[in-house]
Amino acid sequence: MSNLEYDPHAYTAEVNGREDHAPGDEPEESAGHWVRNANFGLGFSIVLTVAAFFLAGSNVIYAPAVPVALIVLAIAQMGVHLVFFLHITTGPDNTNNVLALAFGVLVVFLVVIGSVWIMENLYHNMMPMDQMMDMHP
Amino acid sequence: MTDMGLPASIEAIRRVREDPHRLGHMTHGHESALEGIGHGATGPAGKRIIVGYGFWIFLLSDIVMFSCFFAAFAVQRNATAGGPTMAEIVDLPRVALETAALLLSSYTCMLSFAATNARNLFWTQIFLLVTGLFGLAFVLLEAQEFIELAGRGITPDRSGMLTSFFGLVGLHGLHVTLGGMWLATMMAQVQVKGFRPEIVHRLICFNLFWHALDIVWIGIFTIVYLIGGGA
Repeated sequence: MSNLEYDPHAYTAEVNGREDHAPGDEPEESAGHWVRNANFGLGFSIVLTVAAFFLAGSNVIYAPAVPVALIVLAIAQMGVHLVFFLHITTGPDNTNNVLALAFGVLVVFLVVIGSVWIMENLYHNMMPMDQMMDMHP
Repeated sequence: MTDMGLPASIEAIRRVREDPHRLGHMTHGHESALEGIGHGATGPAGKRIIVGYGFWIFLLSDIVMFSCFFAAFAVQRNATAGGPTMAEIVDLPRVALETAALLLSSYTCMLSFAATNARNLFWTQIFLLVTGLFGLAFVLLEAQEFIELAGRGITPDRSGMLTSFFGLVGLHGLHVTLGGMWLATMMAQVQVKGFRPEIVHRLICFNLFWHALDIVWIGIFTIVYLIGGGA
């Protein structure tokens, strides 16, 4: 019999406050704790979303800086979601969750930034179309 | 010399002992975290934790898949082949409505999980239903958008930009649709089977999935609609 077969949590469906925790899950708390987190998450998200839509449609800041500002707002809002909706913390009970998240973020950045970088280079080094036509008369 | 200092320092020591990492959620019991926590030294975790963590790994791989679609859109954003540009196809008021619907559904989803933790069947079902209705509103708005675009002759085969646009936004919409079906299934299961452990585990996974969809949507409305739309 493996250790996994004996699982007291399987019968109580409760988490032990002294163990590791999965994302979005926490040891027993009052409903108020969850609702308060949800309210914080919703409040911050509304502020950040309204700011993003406002900035996109106005010229209160230097125009070339708007995409950067929008990306900063988006990353901030993703952070708000991770903290208040998914309950990712920096505590030792969350080490596994944070490490998995860090690896996921690494792969996402490699894929997105790597693709954009490589394709921009290709685009700039590509022969203009009229020259290419001249090569094959 | 007064004796005011001593009780205060004892209080501080007690707080550090009970909650050494200031997690804020160890205050109910008088136990400290297990030795070796976070270093894989606490023995096999409970099923609830294994299920949630496994689903977290799946979600991260799902987000990696989305990142490939984001990369495709970022690379092809100017590949319009003489067709419509992003600025011509973005309808910002509708995007704002979609964003509001998805954010509110994420909020009510979390309220449903609060009710689940309190083992309150009525409010769990109510908030799951509201979550589903917001999700349905989102899917309908997106379907309306795609149908309108198709009516103007803007289809995925028109240009590379449109292929990646419909691919990315459509993939997210497909996720929300499938999530909605999962939600309906969960409502039926909660009603029939009650809060059995495996049902609660499925509710945890569903919550994670729904919040992850909202996180992906943040990327979509920022990169595709706001920045792509010419901001």
